[in-house]
Amino acid sequence: MKVNSLKTDYLLTAFFLLVFSFCVHAAENPTAQQPLFDALHDLQQGAINDREHAIAQLSEIQSERSLPILRALLDGKLFTLKSGNQLVIGEDNHHGYDISDAVSGIKLDSIERSDVTKINLTNNLRVSLRKTIGQLELNAQDPVIRLAAVKAMGSDDDENALALLHKRADIEKESNVKQAIDTIFLLKEMNSSDKALRIAAIDKLKEVNSIDVVNRLNVMIEKDDNGNYLESDAEVRNLAKVALVKINSRLQFYSTIETVFFGLSLGAVLVLAAIGLAITFGVMGVINMAHGELMMLGAYTTYVMQQLLPNHLGVSLFLSIPAAFVISGLAGIIIERGIIRFLYGRPLETLLATFGVSLVLQQSVRSIFSPLNRSVATPEWMSGSWQINDFLSLTWNRFYILVFCLMVFVLLLQILRHTRLGLEVRAVAQNRNMAKAMGIPTDSVDAMTFGLGSGIAGVAGVALSQITNVGPNLGQAYIVDSFMVVVFGGVGNLLGTLVAGFSLGIANKFLEPFAGAVLAKILVLIFIILFIQKRPRGLFPQKGRAADS
Amino acid sequence: MESMKLGQDKTCIAVLGILAVVTFLIPLCNWIFPANSMLHFSAYTVSVLGKYLTFALLGLSLDLVWGYCGILALGHGAFFALGGYAMGMYLMRQIGTRGVYGNANLPDFMVFLNWKELPWYWIGFDHFGFAMLMVVLAPGALAFIFGYLAFRSRVTGVYLSIITQALTYALMLAFFRNEMGFGGNNGLTDCKDILGFNIQSEEVRSMLLMLSGIALISAFGICRWLVNTKLGRVVTAIRDQESRVRFLGYRVDMFKLWIFVFAAMIAGVAGALYVPQVGIINPSEFSPLNSLEIVVWVAIGGRNTLYGAIIGAVLVNYSKTMLTGLMPELWLFTLGAAFVVVTIFLPDGLVGLLRRRLQEQHA
Repeated sequence: MKVNSLKTDYLLTAFFLLVFSFCVHAAENPTAQQPLFDALHDLQQGAINDREHAIAQLSEIQSERSLPILRALLDGKLFTLKSGNQLVIGEDNHHGYDISDAVSGIKLDSIERSDVTKINLTNNLRVSLRKTIGQLELNAQDPVIRLAAVKAMGSDDDENALALLHKRADIEKESNVKQAIDTIFLLKEMNSSDKALRIAAIDKLKEVNSIDVVNRLNVMIEKDDNGNYLESDAEVRNLAKVALVKINSRLQFYSTIETVFFGLSLGAVLVLAAIGLAITFGVMGVINMAHGELMMLGAYTTYVMQQLLPNHLGVSLFLSIPAAFVISGLAGIIIERGIIRFLYGRPLETLLATFGVSLVLQQSVRSIFSPLNRSVATPEWMSGSWQINDFLSLTWNRFYILVFCLMVFVLLLQILRHTRLGLEVRAVAQNRNMAKAMGIPTDSVDAMTFGLGSGIAGVAGVALSQITNVGPNLGQAYIVDSFMVVVFGGVGNLLGTLVAGFSLGIANKFLEPFAGAVLAKILVLIFIILFIQKRPRGLFPQKGRAADS
Repeated sequence: MESMKLGQDKTCIAVLGILAVVTFLIPLCNWIFPANSMLHFSAYTVSVLGKYLTFALLGLSLDLVWGYCGILALGHGAFFALGGYAMGMYLMRQIGTRGVYGNANLPDFMVFLNWKELPWYWIGFDHFGFAMLMVVLAPGALAFIFGYLAFRSRVTGVYLSIITQALTYALMLAFFRNEMGFGGNNGLTDCKDILGFNIQSEEVRSMLLMLSGIALISAFGICRWLVNTKLGRVVTAIRDQESRVRFLGYRVDMFKLWIFVFAAMIAGVAGALYVPQVGIINPSEFSPLNSLEIVVWVAIGGRNTLYGAIIGAVLVNYSKTMLTGLMPELWLFTLGAAFVVVTIFLPDGLVGLLRRRLQEQHA
């Protein structure tokens, strides 16, 4: 999926085109493209009959450009350029059209409406065109397109469509597409008059995860206005009830999975926001109230990056990660060197001073970028959702953030465990004076630790920019939550932060259906407040001498 | 040491003097002189001054817990807001049939939400006495429950600060909900009367200013007395060496608890005086930022002096009014810079600076 959709990125497309134009284009001689050109010529200039022939031809030659061209034709987006007779696909942009070459698909200019002539259709042509497109989609390479085509055909009761589906069912290899086709036929069998056939259909359908099936079965067990069951046969009705119970229990199961997923993704956001804090708070004992604003800086870095590279969403997002790390990390180091180092051993004062910093950062962003929220676009491969079946779909952006969170976490853990910086950080955290006596430059270790924690806040900001609005208040919204996560997990314990973040996220999402989003949040907060009373050092308290200081 | 005490007393007397002048002279002038006279203060000035005095009272109460007991409460605004809501509920009941919907039994927002009867927790707020009782009891009860749990399990330092912040944050989220029955997003507004007098009238405004001043002066007196009693000394000792005090046999948690509850009650009174002067109370009063601002007032004025909190509250709020009027963008920069500068360069606040000057003069 990821690789596949990255191809859509123009930069990579350009790269591919460059490579392919050397090797492939040279190999693929013009004669292979000839039928396409012929068909297009007929489409452009031929009489009505020629056009019908051209449409059929286009569906037969199995060029991957056939489908986009035919779709454009159906939507009235296929034009001939008045200068040069080139066939183009045009997207309306209020002033004129953004055109791309029909044969190659390469983007061209924007042009005036008067520069092109539309290729017209008759009603008859439109009907056959729809059929052809359906057929093409049903046989498309991409199983996603095939599945969509099957679903579209299933919903309109057309004999031709059914015939096409029958044909496809015999050769279909992809299991979910095949199942979708089977489901359509089974649903048709439910309407038949043969009782045995219907019973067999219900028996098979109860294994299928489809909303259509649930709806159909629900109809069978309902009563009409006169109090009679819509399904007159009691045996069939009872079977339908049994099947519904079975499907509903699966539905329940999938919705639990979905809730867990949403909880994990919320937890991932919390963990991302909190692990930077866990380092600065846990390892250094410093309360950084500007942590949220460092996240905000990261989010704005993503925004700026996207303004710099407006046509390369994916690339700019990947570049934003190191950029945000560096910018927020530098900001953190400046804060540490400029303010915090004068306040070591006075945690309450540190809290106040860093809060002042957070106000200044907020207001600077407000002055520079305006107080309004900025929208950061999401690359194509991160939008939409992963439709596992009719009952379960996971949104891609949440999924990637979950993965990203784990990656950041593991990376951080490795840095702390296996690098020299990590060793020094741990040494200073355990016993500052002893570390100093051993020759560790505690001052610069402090600065680096703070920079590391702040940099991770920036990286968290990049992730946040993909799911919420980027605005001056972004950080404030997360600061209380992330403190809660750190304190709940146990200060100075990264693994505790991870566990705390995920469990709070899941708890929140499981409470939401009963209590509503706000009340769920309040309940979780109250729970933590009470929890801290019981275990003031969190889930996984630090042990040893460091814990006492 | 002697000179320091002297300086402290001088400043203290000066602050009290100015307070007394503001409290009594301004309302007096407004009664004696006609509206067009030079010595007549505008309604705006009177209500702004009254507002400052309630803030000073709030700052004073925080200084008691932070300056003397060492508890950096980041949720002190919650008690202020609760007192304010108790007063607001009384004011809402005073509207009677003059609301938009003209419903004598229900406040407007409940009619709007299609509620049929008054929730049980609104019962009794028709009576001024009951409402005033709630002004101190509601914040006091919250402080008692929260403090009892927190101090008994020895949650201290930054942990305590953070959970107090979580407390006010949770309350803010709760009060934003319409289902809570406190007006949701809009809060309680459109107040008309207090004890039968029009809340907008100049006389009532002056009266409220005077009341705020009296409340502030008496609270100052009580706190001053309190910190000099044995209880006050133990509390100060807890701030400096908590475990040592515990080892000496004192019930540290109980001392902290009573100071915390008492300060919450003062904050509640401040909130109750604040609401009729601004005419509205809404959930944003619970926001963590507001509570942090109180801390800045005290830090800038100088904690551990009581009158420092008063100076800080008035000064910061005066500059806030000026700056947000002149250049709104500059306010947060100034406030932020104030946090940083005061914590690093002025750990004892302006009062500390003043005291050092006086000491140098004496030497």
